[in-house]
Amino acid sequence: MKFIDEFRDPEKARALLGAIERIMPEIERQPDRPLQIMEVCGGHTHTIYRYGLEQLLPPGIELVHGPGCPVCVLPMGRVDDCVAIAKRPEVILATFGDAMRVPGSRGSLLQAKAEGADVRVVYSPLDALALARAHPDREVVFFGLGFETTMPSTALTILQAAAEGVANFSVFCNHITIVPTLQALLETPDLALDGFIGPGHVSIVIGAEPYGFIAEEYKRPFVVSGFEPLDILQSLLMVLRQLRDGRGEIENQYSRVVADAGNAAALAAIERVYELRPHFEWRGLGSIENSGVQIREAYARFDAERRFPVPALRVVDPDVCRCGDVLKGLIRPQQCAVFGRACTPETPLGALMVSSEGACAALYQYGRADPT
Amino acid sequence: MSTAKQTISLAHGAGGKAMHDLIEAVFLSRFDNPHLRPLDDQAKLNLADLTARGDRLALTTDSFVVDPLFFPGGDIGRLAICGTVNDLAVGGARPLYLTCGFIIEEGLEIATLERVAASMRAAADEAGIAIVAGDTKVVERGSADKLFINTTGIGVIPPGIDVAAGNARPGDRVIVSGPLGDHGIAILAARGKLDFETTLVSDCRPLHALVGTMLDACPAIRAMRDITRGGLGTVLSEIAHASGRAIEIDEAALPLHPEVRSAAELLGLDVLYLACEGALAAIVPADAAERILAAMQRHPYGRNAALIGEVRAAGRIGVTMRTTFGGRRSVDPLIGEQLPRIC
Repeated sequence: MKFIDEFRDPEKARALLGAIERIMPEIERQPDRPLQIMEVCGGHTHTIYRYGLEQLLPPGIELVHGPGCPVCVLPMGRVDDCVAIAKRPEVILATFGDAMRVPGSRGSLLQAKAEGADVRVVYSPLDALALARAHPDREVVFFGLGFETTMPSTALTILQAAAEGVANFSVFCNHITIVPTLQALLETPDLALDGFIGPGHVSIVIGAEPYGFIAEEYKRPFVVSGFEPLDILQSLLMVLRQLRDGRGEIENQYSRVVADAGNAAALAAIERVYELRPHFEWRGLGSIENSGVQIREAYARFDAERRFPVPALRVVDPDVCRCGDVLKGLIRPQQCAVFGRACTPETPLGALMVSSEGACAALYQYGRADPT
Repeated sequence: MSTAKQTISLAHGAGGKAMHDLIEAVFLSRFDNPHLRPLDDQAKLNLADLTARGDRLALTTDSFVVDPLFFPGGDIGRLAICGTVNDLAVGGARPLYLTCGFIIEEGLEIATLERVAASMRAAADEAGIAIVAGDTKVVERGSADKLFINTTGIGVIPPGIDVAAGNARPGDRVIVSGPLGDHGIAILAARGKLDFETTLVSDCRPLHALVGTMLDACPAIRAMRDITRGGLGTVLSEIAHASGRAIEIDEAALPLHPEVRSAAELLGLDVLYLACEGALAAIVPADAAERILAAMQRHPYGRNAALIGEVRAAGRIGVTMRTTFGGRRSVDPLIGEQLPRIC
């Protein structure tokens, strides 16, 4: 696969790993504490486990798997609302595949489908709009979720539906925004993160500039990174160089697709269709100010929450779950008492076991290889 | 009886003349053989014939519900024959006889059924087996999806052959017979819901002859599984757990068409869990591995066969993969259906 295999070249990986190993003694740190670098995005977590990157790193570096898995941080109450919409006889619910298994308090979409709800997997909100055109007698609801990565495609689909006058299409909007979430994370009192591997796809849309406060206020290195294994190793090296030099800057490793100012057309679509919610609930992290968006009044007819009654009940995460502590890097997944026991990919209790991008599921799926 | 453009009705399953005519016209005319011809309630098989070929019977059953019924490289009929033939073959058995049960949704075109039956006959001939008994049921529209087929097969295992999932031993080598995932990607494309096109065709094919050449090269093959829905990852996990061993495979050695790698990459699917319908994984003694591999590569269905790993003397029970990148990951059985990732 041209343009992909080049980013998976073991020779180049060895060179980068050599550079990482050489720089480690040059970084000032407490001898008993490893450097904690958070990869914010679930896609990065997936790559790290899929290629076994953690085992290749020298001692003294700990990768902390951050909150950037939109499926994982979806609270149970929202899943319940979605299931309630899906179970309406007139509704076809269209969703991304990995949202199918996310458990609400009363089951997942996969279970709702087994019980007769018409739930279909799509790869794009435009596929959902096509379903609406093909089934004018039904109500097609798209389960909109994800960070700024998927926000523009949902917005453009709503604009397209408005332009065509499609009357039977709406979006159950659960889109969330990364910057307030990073801010909330950085405000955590006992947070010990030394640097960040920043999200790549989100940054294609919003650019690198919105992260400026991380460098200015919190003085932490933040490197926007691509998703191939070499991208991640290079970004890690860039973070380590900043730490060695005592810098805390925003850098862009993923410059082949991320422009500092982001994508103007995508940002315009977001601005046109959504407005910030005062609060949005995150599974494992609690309520975070200005961290979610909702559909503006002008497009209210495409808002499934206004179109259908939803229970809108807040459901508390199970007490035993320590997803929040894992997301903040306070504990490793295997330090959670239920990891791999009561909580497995087959029967996930906590959010992070749900999607293969979740830190716990990724560790469970890929990370238990023998160390030798 | 002319069956062109006619459709199946509930009468075709009612046990009367319509059913009899359908069986005659569609099935008997195509499957014809001395065991089936009398249309008794059972096929009668000669025991002496069976015992002359081996000392154990192998018996297996499988049901086929594939959507769509016809796909590049195969169809539900070919699949129903090959699937059961392969389940027998990977136990070291020579497949001999098959029965088939059809559950037909009312409204199916008879021409479709004829195409499926013709394809079953062709696959049966290729596999060297006879379809000796059958059953037809018709259900109301909506109670089934067009056509479901069950096949049950009997084969005979020659003396001295002992192929079982629990037999893997430290030092044994792991071989796969062919490119992984062709069937899975071909079916996804054929369903037409994902809006991508591919030149890939399903690898749906009978493996008995390939297995025959393998056992000729080394009768002491330890374990074999045909790689179906759960993909290579699931099959090797099953062998590892049945044998209580650690298996390690090498990502770089996996035989994969570039189209499959690309499609899996694009769709966010893991090639280790993509379905095959004409590939097998085998655990073989180390000293015979090269000999078996060479024999496989001379067979048209084993041309892409590759040595991909080994059974280790120690380590966590299960499968580990050395990645092309130099790292290691564990390979667990697939849980539920493989669902595409969001971004």
